[in-house]
Amino acid sequence: MISVNRKGEVWVFAEQHEGKLEDIGLELLGRARMLADNLGVKAAAVLIGDEVKALAEKLCHYGADKIYVLEHPLLEHYQANSYSRVIYDLVHKYQPQIMIYGATSCGRDLAPRVASATKAGLTADCTDLQIGDHENKDVVHKNLLLQIRPAFGGNIIATIINYDRWPQMATVREGVMPMPEPITARKHEIITEKVHVSHEDLPLEILNERKREKKVNLKASRIVVSGGAGVGSKENFRLIWDLANALGAAPGATRAAVDLGFIDHDHQVGQTGTTVRPSLYIAVGISGAIQHQAGMNSSQKIVAINNDPEAPIFDIAHYKIVGDLNVVVPMMIKAIKARA
Amino acid sequence: MNDDGTVNRGALPAIFNPEDLNALELALRIRDKFGGKVTAITMGLPAASAILRESLYRGADDAILITDKRCAASDTLATSYILSRAIKKIDYDLVLCGRQAIDGDTAQVGPQLAEKLSVPQITYVEELLSLENRSIVAKRNIGSGWQEVKCKLPVLLTVVGEANEPRVPVARRLMKYKKARTPIEIEMRLKQDNPDANEDELKHLAQRKIGELEEKGLLMKQWDLDFLGADLQWCGRDGSPTKVHRIQSVILTARESKTVEPGEQGVADMIHELIKDKTIS
Repeated sequence: MISVNRKGEVWVFAEQHEGKLEDIGLELLGRARMLADNLGVKAAAVLIGDEVKALAEKLCHYGADKIYVLEHPLLEHYQANSYSRVIYDLVHKYQPQIMIYGATSCGRDLAPRVASATKAGLTADCTDLQIGDHENKDVVHKNLLLQIRPAFGGNIIATIINYDRWPQMATVREGVMPMPEPITARKHEIITEKVHVSHEDLPLEILNERKREKKVNLKASRIVVSGGAGVGSKENFRLIWDLANALGAAPGATRAAVDLGFIDHDHQVGQTGTTVRPSLYIAVGISGAIQHQAGMNSSQKIVAINNDPEAPIFDIAHYKIVGDLNVVVPMMIKAIKARA
Repeated sequence: MNDDGTVNRGALPAIFNPEDLNALELALRIRDKFGGKVTAITMGLPAASAILRESLYRGADDAILITDKRCAASDTLATSYILSRAIKKIDYDLVLCGRQAIDGDTAQVGPQLAEKLSVPQITYVEELLSLENRSIVAKRNIGSGWQEVKCKLPVLLTVVGEANEPRVPVARRLMKYKKARTPIEIEMRLKQDNPDANEDELKHLAQRKIGELEEKGLLMKQWDLDFLGADLQWCGRDGSPTKVHRIQSVILTARESKTVEPGEQGVADMIHELIKDKTIS
């Protein structure tokens, strides 16, 4: 744990695999830039790997004033032990006030390990990060990181803070923060850190790795048609596929529909799935839990079909259809096919 | 919800977190194949004893409840510290956790605990491929694919729901262990049944009952922070760097919206409008 310090920088863990930067780090730099400007401090990226220095420039374009480069042949492949070790050392040396990680399989493996070693707080899956004050028994803690996330089902948003044990750390899912526009003229500073890693920091032997193609690219789709538990069954989910096909859209789903086995997790939209911002989002048989809304409420147009007029999804829909999805969806398909 | 924004767990029933069941199942399968002993550990209110009984029904050899008022309001960091103190009291080779809890979804306690125990972690375990010469080979589901990793024991695994189909409680074990209790359950029950008894009488009654259960192998262990030798500055509210700043009910911004009649005409008009404004191309 490091102490509260007002000069500390805002850091982003810049995830890279096989010498290629992941989008998530760039997305997070956009927000880190905003937070750092707000605090009047520098935004920095932490880049770890073997011979990865060439990636630093791109990180600068997306918002980093400084790039800490930690290179070592033993850091070529990510491991929780080795990466948390070198981040721990770096945190203690430079005392950042904020550090943000992607809530990817790597970030979710790494960030808690760093938090545990540094005895710092960590909030998972934030849907928003801001700077603000916290008042507690007449003591005002100024300019803290407000870590905002939906909580415990229901329509509740919790804001988490850490005012005594820093750095303030959070993870954010991919796609939650919009990708910033790169600025190629930004000046940057590269800090090459000497790292101490040994084979003891690599307890895992990676025997084999197999890639899997994602079944759907929700983020890139102009239209997303999603089904919820209200669709009723895997068989009936055919309706969602048919409507999506008619529109050239990507089929999405709520967590409930995924948990019920209607469709693969790749299709899940929401806080713990994919965040989408399509031109059109069609919500079929979806009640609209806050966790789901977190992943789709920035859609330009939202059509909601539900037989419950009280469903929260209707509060954010542009087109509300209260009715039986089994009747309405075929009508939509028919109307779409009849166009031109 | 408590006044400080933490969850009032007393108001919730204790449930067996789904992925913890997968972790228990994997532990039982490892024991059944390679030998050893499975100890189920949970931290919580006295009601969490039910989770431990459930573990015994399914095949766990031993059960430990960590309960202490000073554990209240622990975040994931404080929880991992307290669990690490308990696990250090046990001779272990493998620690298995569910990947994440169904309420918070943070998936933090596993890796935080591994760090506190100074052991490596293998997260998102979908399959155990081998266990020999004190080395484990496991298949991890890392979302973008799978990874097969090898690691020497001791190691901590976090287990995903796809790993297995948890067994149902065995009738014979259920009959036996439905009478298993933690000391605090016994004390609470005695207090309820003997509202007029004084403290000494209750203590005496409890000791007798605890002795009886122990003899029958039905006493579940119960550890508090003193027994764990835990440093209180890392436990409960004091040990939790994350605090709740604010809880808000979501105020939904009213949008310009249209109600569409659920008939042929209404639907066709809407589609037409979406085509016209180029939302649908």
